Amino acid sequence: MTFVAKPRVHHPLLPTNEVGLTRRDYEGLVSTLCAGCGHDSVSAAIVQACAELSIPPHQFAKVSGIGCSSKTPSYFLGNSHGFNSVHGRMPSVATGANLANRELYCIGVSGDGDSASIGIGQFAHIVRRRINMLYIVDNNGTYGLTKGQFSATNDKGSTSKKGVPNLYEPIDLVSMALQIGASFVARSFSGDKTQLVPLIKAGLLHRGFAFIDVISPCVAFNNHNGSTKSYDYLRTRGASVVTADFIAAGEEITADYAPGEVETVHMPDGSQLRLRKLDTSYDPHNRAHALEHVLEAQQEGEVVTGLLYVDPDASDCHEILDTVETPLNALGETELCPGSEALDRINASFR
Amino acid sequence: MTTYNDFVIRFANVNGSGSASANGMFAKALFRMGVPIATRNIFPSNIEGLPTWFEVRVSEDHHHGRREGVDLMVAMNAETYREDVASVVPGGFLLYDNSKGLDRRLFRADITEIGIPIAKLLLPEFADPKQRKLFKNIVYLGALSALLNIDFEVITGMVSTQYRGKDELIAPNIHALEIGRGYAREYLDCPLPIQLRRTAGLGDSIMIDGNTAAALGAIYGGATICAWYPITPSTSMAEAFEKHAGQLRTETDTGQRKFAVLQAEDELSAIGIVIGAGWNGARAFTATSGPGLSLMSEFLGLAYFAEIPAVLFDIQRAGPSTGMPTRTQQGDVLLAAYASHGDTKHPLMFPSTPKECFDFAADAMDLADRLQTPVIVLSDLEVGMNDNLSEPLTWDDERRYDRGKVLSREDLDAIEDYGRYVDVDGDGIGYRTLPGTHPTKGAFFTRGTSRDAYARYTEAPEAYTENMDRLLVKWRTAASLVPAPEISGHGHRAGIVFYGSTAMPMGEALERLADDGVQLDAMRIRGFPFSQEVTEFLYRHEFVFLVEQNRDAQMKTLLVNETGVDAAKIVPVLYYGGMSISADIIQESVLDHYEKMRLPRLWAVGRGTRGGTPSVQTAIGRGDPGGDSAA
Ligand SMILES: Cc1ncc(C[n+]2csc(CCOP(=O)(O)OP(=O)(O)O)c2C)c(N)n1
Ligand code: SF4
Ligand SMILES: [Mg+2]
Repeated sequence: MTFVAKPRVHHPLLPTNEVGLTRRDYEGLVSTLCAGCGHDSVSAAIVQACAELSIPPHQFAKVSGIGCSSKTPSYFLGNSHGFNSVHGRMPSVATGANLANRELYCIGVSGDGDSASIGIGQFAHIVRRRINMLYIVDNNGTYGLTKGQFSATNDKGSTSKKGVPNLYEPIDLVSMALQIGASFVARSFSGDKTQLVPLIKAGLLHRGFAFIDVISPCVAFNNHNGSTKSYDYLRTRGASVVTADFIAAGEEITADYAPGEVETVHMPDGSQLRLRKLDTSYDPHNRAHALEHVLEAQQEGEVVTGLLYVDPDASDCHEILDTVETPLNALGETELCPGSEALDRINASFR
Repeated sequence: MTTYNDFVIRFANVNGSGSASANGMFAKALFRMGVPIATRNIFPSNIEGLPTWFEVRVSEDHHHGRREGVDLMVAMNAETYREDVASVVPGGFLLYDNSKGLDRRLFRADITEIGIPIAKLLLPEFADPKQRKLFKNIVYLGALSALLNIDFEVITGMVSTQYRGKDELIAPNIHALEIGRGYAREYLDCPLPIQLRRTAGLGDSIMIDGNTAAALGAIYGGATICAWYPITPSTSMAEAFEKHAGQLRTETDTGQRKFAVLQAEDELSAIGIVIGAGWNGARAFTATSGPGLSLMSEFLGLAYFAEIPAVLFDIQRAGPSTGMPTRTQQGDVLLAAYASHGDTKHPLMFPSTPKECFDFAADAMDLADRLQTPVIVLSDLEVGMNDNLSEPLTWDDERRYDRGKVLSREDLDAIEDYGRYVDVDGDGIGYRTLPGTHPTKGAFFTRGTSRDAYARYTEAPEAYTENMDRLLVKWRTAASLVPAPEISGHGHRAGIVFYGSTAMPMGEALERLADDGVQLDAMRIRGFPFSQEVTEFLYRHEFVFLVEQNRDAQMKTLLVNETGVDAAKIVPVLYYGGMSISADIIQESVLDHYEKMRLPRLWAVGRGTRGGTPSVQTAIGRGDPGGDSAA
């Protein structure tokens, strides 16, 4: 057998969450990715965020495309169903899954190759459709699984391991998501758990389409000098504009903030998001402003991180389609089949 | 000699001229008189300005396939006048607008011209030129009512219902009808020797197109999600689903809908949505045509290996996207059967009538859930987009959906050792669990093949082969679940095999062949994988004709490949010109074969003792798309 199951013996002192589970209950199989791969840190952040939210693991549905990043759903939430689907087509699978059961928390994990190259069309369209899900791109600027070709998010001039520069313009998924109307757009760095975990929590609870572009270095193929997706580059050129602190419903607010520094965003479940602007001129509710800021920083070679845009009153696809509250997959004959009498009337209308 | 309820009438119009509604009323009027008819739209890939034809075959004998040759041509398009005149059978009739002079050289001595000054008649009556253009169609409808003996009240009644709510349109329409009818009665020999008469023969039949019937079947079968991308001739199915589900599945108090329709960005996305929904336990389908099915190919492989229910309707059409998208064909058989990479094959269903489109749509939902795999319903433009006479749709209220093997939370609690792909029952089908079912049991990670029976990651060769072999066991189970073939006749040395819309002219072809001394056992294939009955039919006969509407005899390839039958035993009868195959073509091809092989017939007779010589000198001959009208 080539898989490794983690031992499920709980340490008696591991803290439990509101549903009586420990963090171990949110873990998955042992990762088979390269040691030091940024994607593993993203998985760990997902584990922490889900455990802290106290959502039972089986209430998640995990979907992914193809790539090292897309493998990760088997390394978190082992008690949830997951679907490692087709390269670049996770958005459509996520759409179908969400249409079938609106009650599940849907987490999509994709790569930059998966979402910005082969899947760019599906990415754009899931944003438009406002599927209620958290969509994470583990962005390493390279095709990890096929061994280090440039991906479409690789910056022009950034070099390969062998020193060859990339000659093409990059696609920035954050700018795209902002432009097409995503109601929650963030960028983070796999090495910054303090920033990433609250963003994941907020993204999960956000109603509508939540997108996090996580710069997640590929230690095997794109972590050298000259790469703009390396740990070093992010540590020196990453700039957080708005951090989000997540406060669960009913949780006591302990931190002290200077007045004016913090803005509270109320989430649908009663929890709160405290946005701290590190750059006081930044407005995370102004789409055009956010887009402009991201583009300007990009020109300077800076990577803007944080919660870049949020519309807490957004709607989702089910609202657009006006579907019933009951998940569509829970409806049976009684609800779905109009019956023979109705069919008689239909027949009559065709005479 | 007067004949009743037995002719072909063709309307030659210009696309976008409003003829569709008048022609539709003509067909409906006949139907309401109890006259058996089949209708055909022959239209270009264009919105306005190009030639379009509408054909009605009137046949008291219920011969609903296309027949070569036109008995009455309503020639309203100057551009196609030459070919329209040429397609009339000797002794036939040509109705045209003689307001302007036409090229006399085009007239034929062997047909009867019926000139009506339609434009001139309308000029003093309607001031608005747009109305005059539209009412041309209504005037010829009025004239036809006199020429063919259509009950006038039936037509006027229809005008009134059609324009209910726009009442100001009723009077002018009826006036236009009366202009045409009045002119015909005063100046023409009415009625013609080809006439209509009321019959009581249609009982509770309905007139419906296959796509609408399939959409209703999907609704009755419990489909909640439709994801699609527009492509002729499948579009009307998705649209009909949305329309009828809107009426049948909207909660009266809240206005909320028990279904979701998504027009996806392309076919890749459409099938991805269907598969995502199927994975998560909702019944979902897509409707598409050949080019779309090609795009769905990769996903179909995943769904096959990951074993996810999905239903696809492929409403087949001719050729590629720049081919003849508005013409019919059965050209996707092999693509559908083996779509995707690796060893994949998919259950297929071949509906022949609107009723079967309805039944198969509902059955496909059960079949996909039971077999946990994509099921493809192969319809085509001929069945899908033409209004056809059909038995009424029926539904048994006792029927329960077969959701297949899906474990509930309680089931999981009772099970010690759950493995998603373990063949517990020996039918090759494992037990599914849906996301969200159980807090600690039954969750698994869905992927293609690199897994064992417990859905655990492995690349071990034994696990791979074991899985592929189990899928073959499932395939054999599928053969017993897809619709069985319909076999008629027994004990003849030769047989004839067909499927889908090719059934429409088959009854007539078989009658004619019997008159010619050729008696054949017939088998209509309705499903794939082939059941034992299909194989036996092939082996039982010395040789079989296989009639299909594609160039490469795709069903023959499939039969030879899957049943091992000697390829030399199968004599293909092929038509692929984009029109639907006619009884004339079938009869001619079969007789040709008998002649060529010097095969004995039951009795020696000259060809065409019945129904005249098949006329193939029509504009639309075999393999000939019929001019350059398809853009
Ligand atoms: C249709 C198709 N084409 C190509 C591949 C090969 N392929 C597998 S993963 C991959 C790139 C993955 O890159 P990315 O999404 O960035 O993931 P990473 O491995 O970098 O996390 C490619 C091209 C495939 N699986 N399917
Ligand atoms: S190749 Fe790169 S992306 Fe893939 S596991 Fe290794 S480090 Fe991670
Ligand atoms: Mg990558």
